[in-house]
Amino acid sequence: MKLTGAEIIWECLQKEGVDVVFGYPGGAILPTYDAMTKYPKIHHVLVRHEQGATHMADGYARASGKVGVAIATSGPGATNMITGIATAMMDSSPIVCITGQVGSKAIGTDAFQETDVTGVSLPVTKHNYLVTRPGDIARAIREAFYIAKSGRPGPVLVDITKDAQQMTAEFDWEGAAPRLPGYRPSYHAPASEYERAAELINSAKRPLILAGQGILKSGTTDEVLKLAKDAGIPITTTLLGIGVIPASSPLNLGMMGMHGEAWVNQAIQQADLLIALGMRFDDRVTGNLKTYALNAKKIHVDIDPSEINKNVPVDIALIGDLREVLAVIAPQVKKAEHAEWWTTINAMRGDAAVRDIQSLPDNGHLYAAHVINDLWRLTQKRDTIVVTDVGQHQMWEAQYYRHDQPRSLITSGGLGTMGFALPAAIGAKFACPEKDVWVVCGDGGFQMTSCELATAEQEGIKVNVAIINNSFLGMVRQWQEFFYDKRYAATPMTGPDFVKLAEAYRLKGLRCNKRSDVKATVDSTLAAKGTVVIDFVVEKEDTVFPMVPAGADLDKMIRRPKQDVMLESGSDKDWEMPAAPVRPAANGQAKAAVKAPKAAKKPAAAVPSRGPKTTKSNRR
Amino acid sequence: MAKHTLIAYVEDVPGVLNRVASLFRRRNFNIDSLTVGRTEQPGVSRLTVVVDATEAGARIVEANLYKLVNVLRVDDLTHKPSLFRELGLVKVRVTPETRAQVLQLTEVFRARVVDVDEATLVIEVTGTPEKVGKFELVLQPYGIVEIVRTGAVAMARGHELMSAAPPLVRTDVGADHHTDASGVSMSV
Ligand SMILES: Cc1ncc(C[n+]2csc(CCOP(=O)(O)OP(=O)(O)O)c2C)c(N)n1
Repeated sequence: MKLTGAEIIWECLQKEGVDVVFGYPGGAILPTYDAMTKYPKIHHVLVRHEQGATHMADGYARASGKVGVAIATSGPGATNMITGIATAMMDSSPIVCITGQVGSKAIGTDAFQETDVTGVSLPVTKHNYLVTRPGDIARAIREAFYIAKSGRPGPVLVDITKDAQQMTAEFDWEGAAPRLPGYRPSYHAPASEYERAAELINSAKRPLILAGQGILKSGTTDEVLKLAKDAGIPITTTLLGIGVIPASSPLNLGMMGMHGEAWVNQAIQQADLLIALGMRFDDRVTGNLKTYALNAKKIHVDIDPSEINKNVPVDIALIGDLREVLAVIAPQVKKAEHAEWWTTINAMRGDAAVRDIQSLPDNGHLYAAHVINDLWRLTQKRDTIVVTDVGQHQMWEAQYYRHDQPRSLITSGGLGTMGFALPAAIGAKFACPEKDVWVVCGDGGFQMTSCELATAEQEGIKVNVAIINNSFLGMVRQWQEFFYDKRYAATPMTGPDFVKLAEAYRLKGLRCNKRSDVKATVDSTLAAKGTVVIDFVVEKEDTVFPMVPAGADLDKMIRRPKQDVMLESGSDKDWEMPAAPVRPAANGQAKAAVKAPKAAKKPAAAVPSRGPKTTKSNRR
Repeated sequence: MAKHTLIAYVEDVPGVLNRVASLFRRRNFNIDSLTVGRTEQPGVSRLTVVVDATEAGARIVEANLYKLVNVLRVDDLTHKPSLFRELGLVKVRVTPETRAQVLQLTEVFRARVVDVDEATLVIEVTGTPEKVGKFELVLQPYGIVEIVRTGAVAMARGHELMSAAPPLVRTDVGADHHTDASGVSMSV
């Protein structure tokens, strides 16, 4: 069947099971947009900026596990996509981006809106294609989808010249099957490595599982939990591992790293075995590599061999699909309790469990941590996806919103892309229309992509936007507070009246600046029909604790200074975190668990109230 | 750090060299030399890459090369009995007095003169990169006008085929590549 290249694009998308694409038209992609009218089964979402299209495709992919699709024109359309593509690359999110390119004869002439898009996107894509002939389109798109979702997922870009879209070719789906002789999505570790790994696990006294996003990608939450339970191994998650292991699981200690739980970081430093599952020892979780987990042997399970020994030298690498690896290793692992190790961890938890939220003065001011914890309480019974932006609110969300479901937190971890949240949430809503989708963002990041409110309005979809408005680029201000003597260069920030802004987009806007109003605000947001924007006006100079300064030793955390703690008011009882469940069931050490919350009433040991004044690490 | 010689077989498609070069640049690998040529198989090119790396670093280079979709196979010849060859052309200044000496050195290095005029000789030398380097060194005192080196190409000795399967990352290489903490990314 002869079709135009443009029609072939849509045929392929349909065959790949695509039901929604996010895009923005322009000259070089016009033939494809024109052909779109013949394919009503695929819904096109008109975005307001191509960065938004890529974040939406990304949010869609992360919420659904399917491939997200974004479309843009040549030149500026394509370059606008780069941030979103890099974001997807760093977090291994499967998206396919289709861009128009100038006519094949014009390539290399600096034609109007010509950019070397395959060149520009090369370092931030898993793979990319420049297609100049209509007959090559189908195979490029099929391969793009296959590469994007297989192995370690990632973004793939297909740049298609305008003439290739216009000319006709035979559409042969079968004949366009991927031919990728050099592509190795997965590996299989040799049996001997498994034996060595099992031996290490069985002989460990203080083992710890580091749970990353790979568990989500391989869908092995249950398998990991079972392994941990049987072998008595505590689990800690990365930021992208949040929700993959339920927060309510007694095996889950919480998040590790820069703003992770203090006792988790201490546990990492004291462990004698780290079992890293689908995580990559990012600098945000290791701190100073020279002092990182020196007491521990390391087993690293990852699908990507290039991650092995990249940051942290490991003793055993099990390269492959986590599902396969767990299936082989689990039967070789002996039952264990590690009671002593749990007691040690619980003791550290007792000391460290003063969650910031419990130490905040209840002086009527609104604190971000309260907003987020309230939000969790008010939404936990509903099927909710939270999409966060980047900054302080992102860390507070990770700390105070307890995620029990995989894919219930979507956040830009690796690239830390401000402006991610709103568009990614729109994408997530298209993936899961039946779920509530919340955006938690800062006033800074929100202003980067707030134009996508118009997209939400035009599409008639409901996302609930909680702006944690501190009138600062909060996280940067925090660094300035700690490491630059409070010289707040370019971090105080104004914004529009967010309520009026929402109204200007014909959406509902709400403002909340009192803790007692949070519930009513959230309730009325949930009750409203369309997208709602809430301006939570919070304490301006609040700080995320604990914090491991960049490049510092993992257990050298800055904790909330003593003088800020006003526990004695005693009015925060309702807002305590649930009593920490500490031990997996069926052990005689439950005492420590009961004790923990009490000990938690003590303020955190006041470690230097200021960060190191200037360290080498302050270089950016 | 030591020199590692990797052979990468790549699909001969547009942009593939760019992909390899971009990988080395963005991963901060140190390329000593890189050469490309055809192979006995149509559609397949062969790259010889010499990198300065620790053993663990070389494994990471290898793993990253495998991540490129167009890379078919990678062999590390560093620890295998192999042949390494490079070709150099050296244009060296000569006077009636020094000409004989230069010719004699050319003889010693089994190089050959490929162009002559009243003031210079162009000498072609082949051999291991070390030998070509040495030749350059001994000619330096006479005044080298111009030099060009191809970079190393390499081939394993013997008739045994290299394994087509990518070796899995070895983990017994110790911590010799530990990144300096000051190199850690420091951005907010
Ligand atoms: C696109 C982009 N630019 C700059 C940064 C650096 N950065 C990290 S956090 C942050 C401040 C974020 O401020 P805001 O969105 O108001 O959130 P808050 O930290 O106050 O919660 C900045 C500027 C970034 N991560 N992304």
